[in-house]
Amino acid sequence: MGAPYLENKPCGGRYGDLVAAIGNTPLVELKRLSPKPGVRIWAKLESHNPTGSVKDRVARAMIEDAEARGAISPGQTILEPTSGNTGISLGMICSRKGYPLKVVMPDNVTRERTQLLEMYGAQIVYSEGAKGSNGAVELALEMAGADATYYMPYQYGNEANPRAHYEGTAVEILEELDEVAAFVAGLGTGGTLMGNGRRLKEVLGDAVKVVAAEPMQGEPVQGLRSLDDGFIPPIIDLSLLDRKIFVTNRDAILWTRKLLDDEGLFAGVSSGAIARVAVRIAGELDEGNVVFMVCDDGWRYLSSGIYTRPVDEIENLDSTVWW
Amino acid sequence: MATIKIPPVLRPSVGGEKEVSASGENVGAVLRELAKAHPATEAQLFSSDGELNRYVNVYLNDEDVRVLEGLGTAVSEGDTLVILPAMAGGGEGPPASTG
Repeated sequence: MGAPYLENKPCGGRYGDLVAAIGNTPLVELKRLSPKPGVRIWAKLESHNPTGSVKDRVARAMIEDAEARGAISPGQTILEPTSGNTGISLGMICSRKGYPLKVVMPDNVTRERTQLLEMYGAQIVYSEGAKGSNGAVELALEMAGADATYYMPYQYGNEANPRAHYEGTAVEILEELDEVAAFVAGLGTGGTLMGNGRRLKEVLGDAVKVVAAEPMQGEPVQGLRSLDDGFIPPIIDLSLLDRKIFVTNRDAILWTRKLLDDEGLFAGVSSGAIARVAVRIAGELDEGNVVFMVCDDGWRYLSSGIYTRPVDEIENLDSTVWW
Repeated sequence: MATIKIPPVLRPSVGGEKEVSASGENVGAVLRELAKAHPATEAQLFSSDGELNRYVNVYLNDEDVRVLEGLGTAVSEGDTLVILPAMAGGGEGPPASTG
């Protein structure tokens, strides 16, 4: 017997330019991950966005929101603290739209990151690596405070970030599935969880559980001097979450490998962590659809060796901020 | 008795230990016993109204208790409480290394 017919679009759509082609990503069932027949696990492949990550949606929403408000016009410099995908997405979009981009990021990111940003013409300002993302946020806020000509979208506090998912990702999921028992995504800025969570709960009520997977950073990167130096992105509303579960670096990498080995899905480390939580939640259900986010693909992690080497031989496993 | 994993930032307040044990029927009781044994942790863990400090995340095994029943979340024998500082994440996979 063949696989049941899946109604879907013959292609992702037709668009006038690359920025317009962001979104409308495939939703793919991962049958081998499902722990029981009545529970179906679906991966939303955000890696299919033009620069290869979910952050294309966020970057476009923030820039177009600022344009619509008249807050920016071509030629103005955009400044953003980001150690990865948001910078790459902003790089592509800003270069298309004529905005110079400055990205503040820790000085210890991989070469792929730096190259991708430079490739899109971004100027990089380095912050102290030991301070991680907190340090990049701090420095960018300082720079923006000192120079009013910068426009900082600030993904951690910009409502256009969750709105990109509320008006985009979640609508796409609901077009394909009438019922969602659980939605699982990574907790970083909170945009993905807040935007999708809000829309899914509005449409499906409490039948849908919104579940956050978050990185348990290794001890070497828990480098805060004091707990008062902590940071909670302003757009996060914890009351929207039903569960919040941490994943160790080791488990995140093991599950990234499992996605590749079992399903042929070449995804980034956060997606492995999110898949681990999705499968756990699936195991607690009797039936229903579990949707999880594949935030990016694996290309930009290749140099770390995580796809080819045994996990115990991976260098700096605990001292690396993997996602 | 529950095991409490202590983050580096709090270790000076517990004599350098990576983990300590404390008992209590719920998360609040366990943390208050920790604060009783190591008074320097109290102001770091709790705000003046007795709630968890804003930048302190406490996990029962691997789940954030704020999303469960908060300090009232029941703790069973052999459970692990993990205390972690709230840190910025991009949710975007750097990877950045301090090594």
